[in-house]
Amino acid sequence: MLRLEKLVKTYKTGDQALKDVDLEVPESQVLALIGPSGAGKSTLIRCINRLVEPSSGKVYLDDVELTGLSSGALRRERRRMGMIFQEYALVERLTVMENVLSGRLGFVGFWRSFLRRFPQPDVDEAFRLLDRVGLAHMADKRADELSGGQRQRVGICRALIQNPALLLVDEPTASLDPKTSRQIMRLICELCKERKLAAIINIHDVALAQMFVQRVIGLRLGAVEFDGPPEGLTPEVLTTIYGEEDWEATIEKVEDEEELASAP
Amino acid sequence: MSDAAFNIDTKLGKPWKKPPFVQRTWLRWALLAGFFAYLIAAYMTIEVNWTRVYEGLERGKQFVLAFTSPDFTSRSSDIWEGMLESIIMTVASSVVGIGISIPIALGAARNVAPLPVYLICRGIIAISRALQEIIVAILLVAIFGFGPLAGFLTLSFATIGFLSKLLAEDIESMDRVQAEAIRASGASWAQWINYGVQPQVMPRLIGLSMYRLDINFRESAILGLVGAGGIGATLNTAFDRYEYDTAAAILLIIIVIVMALEYLSGIIRARVQ
Repeated sequence: MLRLEKLVKTYKTGDQALKDVDLEVPESQVLALIGPSGAGKSTLIRCINRLVEPSSGKVYLDDVELTGLSSGALRRERRRMGMIFQEYALVERLTVMENVLSGRLGFVGFWRSFLRRFPQPDVDEAFRLLDRVGLAHMADKRADELSGGQRQRVGICRALIQNPALLLVDEPTASLDPKTSRQIMRLICELCKERKLAAIINIHDVALAQMFVQRVIGLRLGAVEFDGPPEGLTPEVLTTIYGEEDWEATIEKVEDEEELASAP
Repeated sequence: MSDAAFNIDTKLGKPWKKPPFVQRTWLRWALLAGFFAYLIAAYMTIEVNWTRVYEGLERGKQFVLAFTSPDFTSRSSDIWEGMLESIIMTVASSVVGIGISIPIALGAARNVAPLPVYLICRGIIAISRALQEIIVAILLVAIFGFGPLAGFLTLSFATIGFLSKLLAEDIESMDRVQAEAIRASGASWAQWINYGVQPQVMPRLIGLSMYRLDINFRESAILGLVGAGGIGATLNTAFDRYEYDTAAAILLIIIVIVMALEYLSGIIRARVQ
């Protein structure tokens, strides 16, 4: 349902963030994108919905080619791609409800959104989603009053209210504590399963990625180094992605955590 | 990360000094010496006529003493009319000026507007800032004649340069990710501004607007001196007639109003954080 062909991004500074990336994501598959800082993970995700313009290559969402779209057509396609951000990226001085409803901006006209008169089904759906993530009682709070985990859950609602086919998730747990990180990852994966969404989750916590996803892509210096199931991440593979390091501790930790997670 | 050309041994055991801002030693000293030479020469060219100062002290004393007995009554109708005119000018020009400033500020923010729009809007701001209020007022009085219309237009024009520039800078320094998140939802440009940008810059916009209201009121007292209406005209007449007690009364009223505005803006800004 999503296909990248020979995607290249070279920044104005000359840094080549992506080198000929080919990738195919089938319907309702959740995949994790791992790799060291600067490997091009964020760039890859942003090239898909063109928050960053790719230098060359093609991006197909179903049968629509995204890189050549006009701004109007791009807006229509962006509605089908929900995005969840590192550091949440909520508009802090808006209320929780306004933040969630901002996910519907691609569907309502300017004056309706300006007057905050969203269609009733949208408002109902916003409340249902907030209730699903346990925040319905916070709807009228301002976003900057929430804790990190709560903010990220609002971010998830904002992405899901678009009713997207694909979720682009950029480091969802980077600023959260380990327990909240797991809750957020579990929530994202559960919601993807419920709604049959495909998702690309950009994450630097390898152990966390292994716990939740079906497929892992390892990115190094803008090129795909690994593509396979989470069990395939052996110390050798991690060394090719990240460089030399003692990986036994990381992998053992994964097993411990899996036991812990299945215990209660 | 280690640089291949970097050899740690050459650095060890030696004291470290912050690299100077100007790298070349001779240039650094030449700039410093030149600056001080100019400074001394500049002070020496300012002439002081001490006999004139001595005579002036007496007038200054009268002026200051007038504040102990301000005369609000004998010209009360002039003061009242002038004040009313000034307040009308202030409010009207602030509203119009701010209304025009907002779209120009959006155009003058590089992260929101495309380059041609940016250049045009920056050009408008540069013109408005380059022309001092008094000069604009003299020109507009020549065109529209004496009275508050010239003052109103002058202040509106000056507000654009001030508010657009500062608001544009606030828009440029906003949090990019918050705005990016709104764009990712497929929002149109206007929706993006309304949801992603406006909430971030609102406190600054309100603070600046209140400050500009305050400035416009004070300016309206000055503009009267060149015939652009308002309390300045009354003040000018009072000075011309050496009626320092009436002038003092006017100045006191201006001070009280400015302080009241300052207090009000403090309350409003505390509410909209």
